[in-house]
Amino acid sequence: MSTALFDEPGPRARRRIRVATVLGAVAAIALAALAVRQFAANGQLDAARWQPYATWPMWRYLLDGLWSTALAAVVTAALAMAAGIMLALGRLSHRRWVRLPAAAYVEVVRTIPALLLVYVVLFALPRYGLDLPLFWKLVVPLAVSNAAAFAEIFRAGILSVERGQTEAGLAVGLTRFQTMRLVVLPQAARRVLPSIVSQSVGLLKDTSLGFVVSYAELLYSGKVLAAYNGLLIQTYLVVALIYLLVNLSLSKLARTLEARQRLAVPKRRLSRA
Amino acid sequence: MSVLFDHLPELWQGLIVTLQLTAASFAGAAVLAVLVTALRVSPVRVLRAIGTAYVEAFQNLPLLVLLVLAVFGLPEIGIQAGLLPTAIVVIAVYEAAYLAEALRSGVNAVSKGQGEAARAIGLTFSQSLRHVILPQALRTVVQPIGNIFIATAMNTSLAAAVGVVDLTAAANRVNLAEAQPIPIFVGAGLAYALIAACAGFVTGRLERRLVILR
Repeated sequence: MSTALFDEPGPRARRRIRVATVLGAVAAIALAALAVRQFAANGQLDAARWQPYATWPMWRYLLDGLWSTALAAVVTAALAMAAGIMLALGRLSHRRWVRLPAAAYVEVVRTIPALLLVYVVLFALPRYGLDLPLFWKLVVPLAVSNAAAFAEIFRAGILSVERGQTEAGLAVGLTRFQTMRLVVLPQAARRVLPSIVSQSVGLLKDTSLGFVVSYAELLYSGKVLAAYNGLLIQTYLVVALIYLLVNLSLSKLARTLEARQRLAVPKRRLSRA
Repeated sequence: MSVLFDHLPELWQGLIVTLQLTAASFAGAAVLAVLVTALRVSPVRVLRAIGTAYVEAFQNLPLLVLLVLAVFGLPEIGIQAGLLPTAIVVIAVYEAAYLAEALRSGVNAVSKGQGEAARAIGLTFSQSLRHVILPQALRTVVQPIGNIFIATAMNTSLAAAVGVVDLTAAANRVNLAEAQPIPIFVGAGLAYALIAACAGFVTGRLERRLVILR
């Protein structure tokens, strides 16, 4: 394989690659060994400390947490996507009084940390008599913040649909709204699907803020479990592993969708928000 | 409104911590990201695999999980470090994955012919990197890097969840004491928006100055 950086390797380069392969593998193994030694030296590798995670009740507790994570993520995604479409349409509207507020919302919310929004819902809203149930205390701030991200994705998708499509829709007598709904949006939605899935990975990661809200999603369940069985590192490592597996499969899905799209729509690239 | 001024010292201290976290972890992330990018574009398969594993792992783990694991877990395996340095290192390691991905896409955006031409006129590897590849690669990624910087600033707020008293935590504390959420949280939100706006302004200027139309 030749790239901008390297030509096809000759005999000397191949030898160097072999040396680097050995050195790289040795370095990686040494690092891993160092980590294992550090764990073992502090007794964290004792069978007794891992044995609970070979039993079903521990896993069932964490998988319950995963289920709550999934629930929060799905509801957040649905709300944020609906709001995101509205905001994207608003930002592309011809009426200034629609366009400006939508743009302001997206630009401002994109630069406010989700945790700050969570604190607002946790500690500020109850003062004004709005004390949401725990689930919504997590979902509402995440939906507010992710709506801005989804809005940018949808806007990029709508803008990527050729103008001729809109013009053709209007030419056959559809109203602006009908053109958007029947002609532009379906095409845009298909194009932004990979970006939507990868944004969902970010959203799923955001639900770990349940740790702060004390909503029993995966990370908070891990905290509770660690306090119960005293296996702090083991529990959080298992939690991390579950997040990793779920998100890796979502990321894989996003890449598959993207690859399939590149086949279907050649020579057209979406700018990711 | 006066509540903001009454508690200006605490909020200011929080803002300073947020800026420290952002600057230090972004600098660390930049160093790590160059290393990981070098691994990912190298012709050695093992090194590429290590780089890819790094990026995949840290892009798919929530930052909060990493922070919790480092802050509460590392002491258990005998690694004691201050709260702030731990937070900085974890955020740097996390953001480096995103930065490395951006840098790699920049290197990949340079067309093969550029490198072949550089080698054909006899430039060495480091010369072709310095004069031909990197200038073009870095120009295409100014905007993405700016976005990652802004994301880093936003993500430092998660350090508040493990006990670092940054701007988010300071705002929360002041609110718990004064129970005047609107001025406090709006003020904190504006401070974050200002950081992002500054970063956006700088990257916008940089991009206009550096961009090459191809």
